[in-house]
Amino acid sequence: MITESIHTRIWQEEPEPDNAFAAASCHCHGYDVYGDLLAHASWIEYLFLLFRGKAPTPGQARLLEGLAVALANPGPRDAAVHAAMCGGVGGSTSASCLIAALAVGAGASGGAREVLLAMEDWLERGTDPVLWQTGLVVKPMDDPADVWPTPGHPAGFDPHGIRCTTPVLQTMAYLAALDCAPSLAWLQDHRAALESAAGLPLAMSGVAAAALRDLGCTPAQGEMLFLLLRLPGVAVHALEQKDYGHKNFPFFKVELENDPGPAQDVANPVEATV
Amino acid sequence: MLEEQVGRLVTRMGAVFPGERAVFRGHDLHASLKDLDWLELYLFGITGRRFTPQQIKVLQAIWSYTSYPDARIWNNRVTALAGTARSTGSLGIAAALAVSDAQIYGGGVVLRASEFLIRARAQVDAGADLTKLVYAELKQQRGIAGYGRPISSGDERIAPMLALAREHGLDDGGHLKLAFEVEKILLAGRWRLYMNYAALTAALSADFGLSPREYYFFVIPAFLAGMPPCYLEAAKKPAGLLFPLPCRMLSYEGVARRHWRGAPLKPDAFG
Repeated sequence: MITESIHTRIWQEEPEPDNAFAAASCHCHGYDVYGDLLAHASWIEYLFLLFRGKAPTPGQARLLEGLAVALANPGPRDAAVHAAMCGGVGGSTSASCLIAALAVGAGASGGAREVLLAMEDWLERGTDPVLWQTGLVVKPMDDPADVWPTPGHPAGFDPHGIRCTTPVLQTMAYLAALDCAPSLAWLQDHRAALESAAGLPLAMSGVAAAALRDLGCTPAQGEMLFLLLRLPGVAVHALEQKDYGHKNFPFFKVELENDPGPAQDVANPVEATV
Repeated sequence: MLEEQVGRLVTRMGAVFPGERAVFRGHDLHASLKDLDWLELYLFGITGRRFTPQQIKVLQAIWSYTSYPDARIWNNRVTALAGTARSTGSLGIAAALAVSDAQIYGGGVVLRASEFLIRARAQVDAGADLTKLVYAELKQQRGIAGYGRPISSGDERIAPMLALAREHGLDDGGHLKLAFEVEKILLAGRWRLYMNYAALTAALSADFGLSPREYYFFVIPAFLAGMPPCYLEAAKKPAGLLFPLPCRMLSYEGVARRHWRGAPLKPDAFG
């Protein structure tokens, strides 16, 4: 006797007449997935529908598609892609390569956590320049009770940047010109002032946060979408390095600052450490 | 700053010299550290410190006593589902360990519990009133990590863990005493919250000198021993037999059926 169920506002199924474990129809937020969306919706429209629960306007679909193109491949120098390539060169499972990229790309420095934090800043500050100016000069608070390490810089800005990079400017210019991107347009207009307050140039995570806000996403939805949208590049770079092999992949030089040297034998490590 | 770091790893944590030796936090792993058991090495890796044999016994039990091979538990279920879906054991366990970084159990709770107990102890030692601290924490956080439990109010792990700590003479630390005082306050008030395993183990670990972050890293494998059995049993059974979900178990609470723009209307789609 089944007494428990999975509650969902997203997905409705009807079983095949002869198999309770196979769906004959699947409706997503009310739309027939295989009888309607498959023929009439684009993938990016369906993605929007999944997250927002409604069909996007043409402008919203274009905005999400533009963001998806901008984020699809951070390139092999990105830490998340680097992590996936570490899986690839060792012949690790495909899933582990993606898991590696998700774990690294989840962080508060260039990752999805940074996007979430930047979106929370948008919720708090809106388009009030004064709130942004004052917020950006405050150092992120250390919370020793949080599993996430304290971010070392204002969310959405590049801690190692010299000036706003060309791809960031190109992405912002393209997306801000769409008719449903007021946050991006505001960000473009106020970029110089915000960068001055932060003492850092705007980063792609900052542009993504504004775009995801314009798409109506919550910070949690934005975090998830950012994780998802970067996976295509992660996957292909992992596959590529699997082909090249570990001998063609950097292993780096180590400089051990406390090398005990060969044949070291200390009975009690505490004495040697403290 | 970035340019200086290109192509090199500057570290005090260790390195391998292939074919020769390996160094772990400044010590030869195969010489001076060769007699450490795995937990001692793990803790040495986290803290750079050593612990007494009695402390190691209790710390090891902190893991063992919460290793439940119950595939219903959310993190274990991930491992078991990996088994029934014929994924690899490593993927199932890695994902389950990551899932254990949760807010209602696991990583999120232990870190908050440890941070609160260490902070409260320091404030009480400085003359603060514990009841006021507890009330303030409840008001700010809407609960105190380590007190209360998602599924039941009691915690079967408390008595055996306390017995073991007592057996090794480790049940009289300041943080542990404070943890019980917090429970008294919470039971006397309207909250009726019992101490759970997270507060007990956070208190013991704090008494052993582990900071909240060190305790968090120590706890990461705490559920690990219960996971392989969940995977193995699910993998032994025919694929898909673990927790099969018929369509009727989805309780749809969303909007009514509708048509995508431009889609031809189908009479049966209004259902």
